[in-house]
Amino acid sequence: MDISSSVFLLIGSFLYISGGVGILRFPDFYTRMHAVGVTETLATAMILIGLMLLNPEGLVLIKLIIILIMTLFISPTASHALASSAMQNNLIPKLDKNEVNEKETSSNS
Amino acid sequence: MLIAATIAILVVMIMAMIRAFIGPTLYDRILAVNMFGTKTVLLISLLGFLMGRPEFLDIAIVYALINFISVIGVLHYSDSSIFKRSDQQKK
Repeated sequence: MDISSSVFLLIGSFLYISGGVGILRFPDFYTRMHAVGVTETLATAMILIGLMLLNPEGLVLIKLIIILIMTLFISPTASHALASSAMQNNLIPKLDKNEVNEKETSSNS
Repeated sequence: MLIAATIAILVVMIMAMIRAFIGPTLYDRILAVNMFGTKTVLLISLLGFLMGRPEFLDIAIVYALINFISVIGVLHYSDSSIFKRSDQQKK
């Protein structure tokens, strides 16, 4: 039980570090949102499952399950609201050069 | 292994704060602050296990709800002039 929880916590920590590097180094808002989305669902689930394997008893387990379910509902909802609001306010994704010109001309016309 | 996960979360929170300070658009800042809040939930629950006090999980639940409400509350004003002005600066 201890080894399996350590494996889950290690996978979660690796995903966290990769998401942190991604939010610093990705070139665009939408790609940064992709990096954050990986950490907010998968890595959080990994670490919470690791904690569940560490202490399997009554009320603590139920609270961990509640946190896991709430995180899996809340963070995609917040990400969707953020992305749709950025798209409505004309934050253009960073594309290749030709596609940027096409997009700007189509939005101007 | 709990200590390693806690240190990883602290490092990622520092990275999110750097992005929140240097973010070119307003949405980058909102995204970084949202990520910071989600990591805080996990940090509180990990600290609860690390110090042997699982009552911290209640605080983690409350913090997850506060984080969600704050992000939705900021985005509710996305039609206002501050958001539009930041986009014009980017162009």
